[in-house]
Amino acid sequence: MHDADLSQALAEQVRAAAESGTPLLIRGGGTKDFYGLRGEGEPLSMVGHRGIVSYEPTELVITARAGTPLAEVEQCLRDHGQQLPFEPPAFGAGATIGGAVASGLSGPRRAFAGAVRDNLLGVKLINGRGQILSFGGQVMKNVAGYDLSRINAGALGTLGVLLEVSLKVLPRPAFERTAVFEMDEATALARLTALGRTSLSITATAHDGERLYVRVCGGERSLEAAEQVLDGQTLPESRDFWHSVREHSHPFFDRPGPLWRLSLPPAAPSLGLGETFIEWGGAQRWLRSDAPAEVLRDRAAALGGHATLFRGHGDTGEVFHPLTPALLRLHRNLKQAMDPAGIFNRHRMYSDF
Amino acid sequence: MSADALRPANLEEPRAVSARERDALIRELLDVVPSHGVLHDDEDLRPYECDGLSAYRRKPMLVVLPETIEQVQQVLRLCQAHQVPVVARGAGTGLSGGAFPLANGVLLGLAKFNRILAIDPDNRSARVQPGVRNLAISEAAAAHGLYYAPDPSSQIACSIGGNVAENAGGVHCLKYGLTVHNILELKVVTIDGELITLGGQSLDSPGYDLLALMTGSEGMLGVIVEITVKLLPRPERAQVLLAAFDSVERAGEAVAAIIGSGIIPAGLEMMDNNAIRAAEDFVHAGYPVEAEAILLCELDGTNAEVSEDIMKVRNLLIAQGATEVRTAGDDQERLRFWAGRKAAFPAVGRLSPDYYCMDGTIPRKNLGQILRRIGEMSGEFGLRVANVFHAGDGNLHPLILYDADTPGQLERAEDFGGRILELCVEYGGTVTGEHGVGIEKLNQMCTQFTPDELTQFHAVKAAFDPRGLLNPGKAVPTLHRCAEFGAMHVHHGQLPHPDIPRF
Ligand SMILES: Cc1cc2nc3c(=O)[nH]c(=O)nc-3n(C[C@H](O)[C@H](O)[C@H](O)COP(=O)(O)OP(=O)(O)OC[C@H]3O[C@@H](n4cnc5c(N)ncnc54)[C@H](O)[C@@H]3O)c2cc1C
Ligand SMILES: Cc1cc2nc3c(=O)[nH]c(=O)nc-3n(C[C@H](O)[C@H](O)[C@H](O)COP(=O)(O)OP(=O)(O)OC[C@H]3O[C@@H](n4cnc5c(N)ncnc54)[C@H](O)[C@@H]3O)c2cc1C
Repeated sequence: MHDADLSQALAEQVRAAAESGTPLLIRGGGTKDFYGLRGEGEPLSMVGHRGIVSYEPTELVITARAGTPLAEVEQCLRDHGQQLPFEPPAFGAGATIGGAVASGLSGPRRAFAGAVRDNLLGVKLINGRGQILSFGGQVMKNVAGYDLSRINAGALGTLGVLLEVSLKVLPRPAFERTAVFEMDEATALARLTALGRTSLSITATAHDGERLYVRVCGGERSLEAAEQVLDGQTLPESRDFWHSVREHSHPFFDRPGPLWRLSLPPAAPSLGLGETFIEWGGAQRWLRSDAPAEVLRDRAAALGGHATLFRGHGDTGEVFHPLTPALLRLHRNLKQAMDPAGIFNRHRMYSDF
Repeated sequence: MSADALRPANLEEPRAVSARERDALIRELLDVVPSHGVLHDDEDLRPYECDGLSAYRRKPMLVVLPETIEQVQQVLRLCQAHQVPVVARGAGTGLSGGAFPLANGVLLGLAKFNRILAIDPDNRSARVQPGVRNLAISEAAAAHGLYYAPDPSSQIACSIGGNVAENAGGVHCLKYGLTVHNILELKVVTIDGELITLGGQSLDSPGYDLLALMTGSEGMLGVIVEITVKLLPRPERAQVLLAAFDSVERAGEAVAAIIGSGIIPAGLEMMDNNAIRAAEDFVHAGYPVEAEAILLCELDGTNAEVSEDIMKVRNLLIAQGATEVRTAGDDQERLRFWAGRKAAFPAVGRLSPDYYCMDGTIPRKNLGQILRRIGEMSGEFGLRVANVFHAGDGNLHPLILYDADTPGQLERAEDFGGRILELCVEYGGTVTGEHGVGIEKLNQMCTQFTPDELTQFHAVKAAFDPRGLLNPGKAVPTLHRCAEFGAMHVHHGQLPHPDIPRF
């Protein structure tokens, strides 16, 4: 498919929908349909609106139209020795960069290089009035006006149609290596807490129930030094392993039953609630559990975090952790400010709006 | 609206509050805040007349200094009931007039919220009150080998609450990010007096990223009463290189070359000759005073990492035409190199009765060009400029030297500053990188944003504060103001470089 700028046509569609009160369901590649609630509305396809708008490696910024395949963005960066710092999962060949930003999902590197929101510098979007607006920009620092770009990361398209996103990019590390250790969950958590207080250049960690994996990066000499400190076995197929974690092709994610994602303070203790896969230095725990949602949510909240029913939602109840009444009110007000007719991705994030 | 009405000093207030209304409010405030926390005598109000942008002063109607979150809630409820605007104030070091008081409003000082509530070394976080000084957090965390990364040059004085409200940056933000990247959770009191929690103790939270929205919102969306910040382990080693250049452009190119080489320094700062001389005179950092520009490049991490990178950067700087490259031999020398940079503002302050600090950001590749343009404009306006800035992020801080006692000089400095910011927008940047819009850059917001975008900002403000009582008139200009500003601009035929594409 060719690069094309469909901004005006898309804005026209949004204006018409706003006038008639027709809900729209914004779609990129549809690779993340499983995530969140189903939502309702006429499909608004973004896949024709594609192309990299600007990329200058020395500026460490890439700007691309929302329908650009994630794979194309990543290939372009790879060609210049750079990468998206947050390693977004694609979850399928059709993934678009707009979908990656809207879903707000970040991969293994997140705890060490920031999430989507941390690397989102600016957006061009269509608001619910069908107006094309730009917020943020292509520079690293920008505090002019409220930050109406970062709020779109993880908003699942409920606040606007993303047309273009500007993302901070980083050099790919010269070398990356993974050390493996046989250890149980409690030992691994203690080790992760200790590692968190060193200045080693760690770029990912995982614990699969039996083994702890620690990925480090840097120049040749610094890697050697880091490996000496870590003192584990070297994992030969490092790249494949982290790819399987990022894309959930690792066997842990194959098993049947609901998959929960608990976001917790990193040093939170073992949960003992079911099979667990730990990432992000302890801050992200994938959990296989049939326990009632309230049990998991209460537990996560008591530990200072929250719980998302990532996969296996049976179309009843919420996917995301419920908001307090005061926060829900602010969410509704903000939604109303961006999308007064309430046409974007209705009930896609929470059933309330 | 006249040209004068567009000057920062003449910020419009929402309404006049009568002496009777004021006295009634004072009586009710005294029921909820201890009497020493309600200031209304002229003498007591004077210290609150301005923030760090001291060219502009106005006496607040009242200053209220609550001591507990409950008191903040009650004060806001009373102000809401009386329809009296509220301006939050941290340490008052802001450089855009964000905490500029209203003559018909309450100035809500958070200075008494000065306690560090908890440090959690295992989760690498600290829970602090908003009035805690930025540097105090790192000092308290040092016992655990941890620190708080954002380090504005004002860090000995500015409050963490003010840092959040401005999304403050510092010399180490190139590698470690701005305030928004280094906080986890905020407790905020809304104008209704409701206490809400944004973000959480984990790396993300459900729903919209209101933590990001609140960061940099300049006291317009809520009053921040508690902050959980992230702490980082102190790097095993930090080392700084000082490189001298015989042209500012060449130094700018060296910045792009370092970033392009795949190294992200912990800090990458630049000073021009005026700034070098001023800093050297002031703190004797050992700077080469003949250089047209110096770069300070700090590398940190493990010992092995720093050793590897420092060689690369050194060779790069020499290849880029540096006339001299020095490596700080020990920590003392490293701190001395930085002392000159951190004291650059006060140092420049000694050159001239007054200075005006600008804060635009541009794509790094345009550094050389824009510095040359600023140099030319300095001649046109007849005012000297010293340039000190966060070169790694393309964040400029031209310091315009003027004398407020010479009639017309302040206005000339304002116009010159405005032109610099408009130039930043033309080059694809922004009118403020870290100091905020406040009362200072309202006109230039009209250059950066379209009426539809400004209208969207106002709608978001109304989602939090429908009656417009929190810091009214700041940060986002009215469309009316922009229409006036636009008319005046075209009238003077000032819009330079119509040929450069704008976005
Ligand atoms: C010499 C000097 C050097 C500086 N260097 C830097 C630098 O390197 N980087 C940088 O980013 N800035 C710098 N600044 C600017 C300033 O220090 C920062 O903007 C700082 O964050 C302001 O903090 P403060 O506590 O003084 O806030 P104030 O000036 O008191 O207030 C600033 C804004 O925040 C709001 N506010 C304050 N507290 C709260 C709260 N609790 N809740 C809601 N709103 C609140 C106010 O209403 C106002 O709009 C410098 C200033 C000076 C004087
Ligand atoms: C905490 C700390 C840890 C240090 N660890 C190391 C280390 O692991 N390895 C090490 O070699 N030095 C290390 N140093 C020493 C430091 O890098 C040099 O002493 C310093 O750069 C010399 O500066 P100069 O201005 O005297 O000489 P310069 O003119 O800067 O350099 C003299 C020569 O040394 C080379 N050089 C400069 N810095 C380094 C470096 N970091 N690594 C290798 N060559 C360099 C230059 O290319 C040049 O040939 C460390 C210093 C500190 C404070």
